[in-house]
Amino acid sequence: MLGRLRRLYGPRGWGAIAAFAVAAFVVVPALRLLVPEHSPLHLSDYYVLLLGKIMCYAMVALALDFVWGYAGILSLGHGLFFALGGYSMGMYLMREIGTEGQYRSHLPDFMVFLDWKEFPWYWAGSEYFWAAVLKVLLVPGLLAFVFGWFAFRSRIKGVYFSIITQALTFAFMLLFFRNETGFGGNNGFTDFKRILGFPLAHPGTKVALFAATALFLLLALIACRYLVTSKFGRVLAAIRDAESRMMFSGYNTRDYKLFAWTFSAVLCGIAGALYVPQVGIINPSEMSPANSIEIAIWVAVGGRGTLVGPLIGAVLVNGAKSWLTVVAPEFWLYFLGALFVLVTLFLPNGIVGALQGRRERAGRAPVLREKEAT
Amino acid sequence: MTAATRLYDGRAGASGLGHVVEPGAIDVSHGTILYVDGVTVSFDGFKALDNLSFALDAGELRCVIGPNGAGKTTLMDVVTGKTRPDSGSVFLGQTIDLTRKSEYEIARLGIGRKFQKPSVLENHTVFENLELAMKGPKGVGAALFDRRGSEREDRIRAMLERIDLVERMHEPVGRLSHGQKQWLEIGMLLMQDPRILLLDEPAAGMSDRETARTAELLLSLAGERSIVVVEHDMEFVAAIARKVTVLHEGRVLAEGSMEQVQNDPRVIEVYLGR
Repeated sequence: MLGRLRRLYGPRGWGAIAAFAVAAFVVVPALRLLVPEHSPLHLSDYYVLLLGKIMCYAMVALALDFVWGYAGILSLGHGLFFALGGYSMGMYLMREIGTEGQYRSHLPDFMVFLDWKEFPWYWAGSEYFWAAVLKVLLVPGLLAFVFGWFAFRSRIKGVYFSIITQALTFAFMLLFFRNETGFGGNNGFTDFKRILGFPLAHPGTKVALFAATALFLLLALIACRYLVTSKFGRVLAAIRDAESRMMFSGYNTRDYKLFAWTFSAVLCGIAGALYVPQVGIINPSEMSPANSIEIAIWVAVGGRGTLVGPLIGAVLVNGAKSWLTVVAPEFWLYFLGALFVLVTLFLPNGIVGALQGRRERAGRAPVLREKEAT
Repeated sequence: MTAATRLYDGRAGASGLGHVVEPGAIDVSHGTILYVDGVTVSFDGFKALDNLSFALDAGELRCVIGPNGAGKTTLMDVVTGKTRPDSGSVFLGQTIDLTRKSEYEIARLGIGRKFQKPSVLENHTVFENLELAMKGPKGVGAALFDRRGSEREDRIRAMLERIDLVERMHEPVGRLSHGQKQWLEIGMLLMQDPRILLLDEPAAGMSDRETARTAELLLSLAGERSIVVVEHDMEFVAAIARKVTVLHEGRVLAEGSMEQVQNDPRVIEVYLGR
């Protein structure tokens, strides 16, 4: 097993992972906590938050690449699973506020505002962190499982599947916008005070959350790499390219797609749970259809079917976003649209795909070439 | 009643046939491995198969010919579970009702199918194609914790030699010629270790030499496996056929040796009469 893990990457791959680990677990915490604030090397909370946020997005991009790049399932609703993970964690964070809210009630402010006297049944147990962890995994996982079970059983694929995932996230957004749903309506959850007793405003807590995000991102990358290099990954890619061949070879392709789909949704949920305590807010706009489309753009820019490409895509696009929305906010959407068009036209395999293609042009055929399923 | 038959009766029920069938095993005690009985399939009112009946003996090599739209591919679709018949039954051996099974279950029961257009995994290597097709556990759990073993490699290597692709085993299949892909697909089928092979135009797009070798391969397989070949190439059919079934408009028009069929006036009319 250890040998198998070691062979997941070559020396360069493990070197890059080690460099990332040093940066995330040593350099960033040191620059934030140890370097004095007036020093030019000091890293402000703004950048720690920005990097932490982008790592959460990168995890979502990784999750989407796993199903889109390797199973050929394009989800345009991954923002929903991300948001559900976020809401699961958010419920716990709301309970951690205790009676320090505006109304000094043991209920969250929005419930007082609605004149509710007690927690609705589905808030039961939300004060426990372990319950939040369970929900972070189970809520997106179960929803994806049930949705996928019906969709794959009905053999819905391609653009039809994508459209239904858009509709799904849109439906949930409308549901969460309602105040009566019990998740804070369009304001969502905010004004969090602490997590596991640690104040969220404290730099140490922020750095710890940042490091936890980096850790989970690394684990997710390694887990995905394990899966795609195992026989499971070869079967999954084979289903992507020629599903009927695999069915007539004795594979229950529905099970494979369902596993990949559910796993991907769970990864999104974890990313959402790490995102919410860092940014301090979760609301239904995270479920807007446009958000999920943006995730697909990160993957396409970086290169689908490469795992590492989507990480790079998420960093580049979100880096550009945080810069452009400050410098020229009205141009951001045009930029995003133009980027998608240009990548589709000139880099159909994304940045990493293009680099690999150059290296392998003389050698192997491109790894990812969509073939019409017969 | 002897003790032995009493025991049998206890297990298989008083069938009166005097033999036992393991659940899941293919019962070919009557010499027939595949029964297609009175099957009708219609698409929007067009009858692709019209009350078609067809029986295949164990170990037989059968050719199915017929003009376009005769229902040859639909027949394969029905047997492999891709298309559900509107009426009629399809049995594997005496006991297994194929109309209730899905594609992957039918494949696991031992029916392998080659498509008209070679359906191979273009982005996987030749070796991986054979490995994925190979008989064995095919569930998600098995795939997650799968480990390659030397026994498996030996079997794949033997198949690579049989289909003449040893030198190209680590190349992606997208680079093979059409004829090589056809061979690879047949190799993938054989890795499944099927009892019945359904081959849709296995010699299409092959050179004369490749066609001759394919015929040789199929003849060597007959006997141990049952084979149904759908083919347009009459020379190829003549080279391998023992018994030929002619389909026309979803029905069996004629059945018999190549010579009988070729001299059948109805067959001549269908092929030449319009």
